[in-house]
Amino acid sequence: MNLRTLLRIAWEAIVRNRARSLLTMLGMIIGVAAVVITISIGVGARAAVSAQITGLGSNLVIVIPGSVNLNGVRTGTGAASTLTPDDGLAIAKLPAVAAVSPLVGMHTQVVAGNNNWYTGVVGVAPTFTYIREWHMASGSFFTDADDAASAKACVLGQTVIQNLFPDGESPLGKVVLVRNVPFTVIGTLARRGQSATGQDQDDTILIPYTASMQRLTGTTFVSVIMVSASDQPSIPIVQNEIVGLLRQRHRIIGGMQDDFDVRNLQDIANAAAASATTMEFLLAGVAVVSLLVGGIGIMNIMLVSVTERTREIGLRIAVGARSSSILLQFLIEAVVLSGVGGLIGVLLGIVGSAAVALFGHWPMAAPATGMLLAFSFAALTGVFFGYYPASKAAHLDPIEALRFE
Amino acid sequence: MAQEAPVVRLVDVRKTYSMGAEGVVALDGVNFTLGQGEFVAIMGASGSGKSTLMHVIGLLTRPDCGQYFFEGLNVSTLGADELADLRSRRLGFVFQSYNLLPRTTSLENVELPMVYAGIEEQERHARALQALEIVGIPQMAEHVSNQMSGGQQQRVAIARALVNDPSLILADEPTGALDTKSSEEVMDLFTRLNHEHGMTILLVTHEPDVGRKAKRIVTFRDGKIVGDSPVEEAFRSAAVLG
Repeated sequence: MNLRTLLRIAWEAIVRNRARSLLTMLGMIIGVAAVVITISIGVGARAAVSAQITGLGSNLVIVIPGSVNLNGVRTGTGAASTLTPDDGLAIAKLPAVAAVSPLVGMHTQVVAGNNNWYTGVVGVAPTFTYIREWHMASGSFFTDADDAASAKACVLGQTVIQNLFPDGESPLGKVVLVRNVPFTVIGTLARRGQSATGQDQDDTILIPYTASMQRLTGTTFVSVIMVSASDQPSIPIVQNEIVGLLRQRHRIIGGMQDDFDVRNLQDIANAAAASATTMEFLLAGVAVVSLLVGGIGIMNIMLVSVTERTREIGLRIAVGARSSSILLQFLIEAVVLSGVGGLIGVLLGIVGSAAVALFGHWPMAAPATGMLLAFSFAALTGVFFGYYPASKAAHLDPIEALRFE
Repeated sequence: MAQEAPVVRLVDVRKTYSMGAEGVVALDGVNFTLGQGEFVAIMGASGSGKSTLMHVIGLLTRPDCGQYFFEGLNVSTLGADELADLRSRRLGFVFQSYNLLPRTTSLENVELPMVYAGIEEQERHARALQALEIVGIPQMAEHVSNQMSGGQQQRVAIARALVNDPSLILADEPTGALDTKSSEEVMDLFTRLNHEHGMTILLVTHEPDVGRKAKRIVTFRDGKIVGDSPVEEAFRSAAVLG
């Protein structure tokens, strides 16, 4: 008995009961498709998160004001006004720092011609585009000279352009009123899309931080200082140096609490990855359960099939089938059922993954290893759940089997 | 040596079935020899043990005690797989209810024993066609079993039994489900196989008309052989007819 013959016998038995075979496979199909989609969601989401996080900036370290204790009342992190532009300038002098940009933000109504729009107006340094790895779509970014002069120049994000200049004319050289201060548009930013937290990054106007502080907010403090370390390994060094420098500058000694907080994006990335892992475990659990249920379905149908074909089994034994041949025949039938189900499941999983990727706005990712894993698991389930019915068939008494009605 | 040995030699074979609490003695010390080229009918009432004898000779079950030599080979020394191989190469079965695979063509049904004998596909086809020719229905090679009459199905089953050129064909009530005409045709086929092809045939029946076609009649009662004689002699005695 060679394998090809056994495969043919199994295939013929499956084709003979087309509808039933398909229903039997359904459990396997769903299970495998679920596994494939799970893996692709995990990989896709991870890739999307990591793409968004690296998109935030290269080797980024963020300094934000910390909590302060005002007569026993503690404010939350980021609420205090403790960071100054001079802190930023001092940080820029640290050895492993490539670039620094303070951030002074506010949300306000802006006007251009007959159109107006509510958006974030952010004061930044010329280094901002380097730190955020954000390219220009047209025009140019402001310079150190603009910063020094608190120039009334601005650079627009794409969403702002759409809303202030809906007719499609070039905004370059036009004037945008921010709190009645006229800013001349000198450049536009390339489209960035959504951030990791779902915010529209293109809904922004960038102006020199000096202009923001002196002409709009009138504050002397900045909300965030963005720092770009010269390379990935120096991120923790830069972090430590900033802490040391700012403690010195802010005169914080001994056990006193820092009035600032230094973070890098790796922590955020790790948190995102952790939540992705939790999600994957959950989905994997669902997938395993459905594969298990699919396997039990196969065992069920195989048992019915063995009972139904008792006479056939008796006959096969009578004409000379060894019990191992009978065992293999039914085992292979179960494996072919689960294998074909697995194959259909993989195809369905690819389609499902593509749909999910489209829906979730992340790159389509259906790794071959995952598909192979799901498929082999399906085939293995077939072996596991097919063994009992097959061994039942192999150990039938041929005389009883031939008499079976 | 093996060629000179009788096809079947049973020495004091006993077989008991447990039916509920008590055992039923199906074979009670049977001695029986079947030579090459013989055409023997085993007759007897139902429950007389003739079917059990068939199953023992057909290597589907083992006797409780006694010895069985198949072509001089003591089968009690053989394992299950060796018995299966003997069934596929040296034995052919014909059943009352044909036992063809459903929704399968005649050709594939006839090929089945060769599949288990490990014969190549091309040779299987050729030999199956040849066997269908011998039983007189070569035109039905591609017919599916449930499209055929009972007589035709039984011919397919006979083709299946003889396709491996076995040393013995065992037929268990082969005409039991057939009308008189088909029944006669099937028996004529057996006679022809015995005459022209020298096939050794052992059939079980309770119909005297069927038994009459054989050359030798073995009569069974209560697990014992009570008569064993050439067909003319047997049908002269009242024991068989009664």
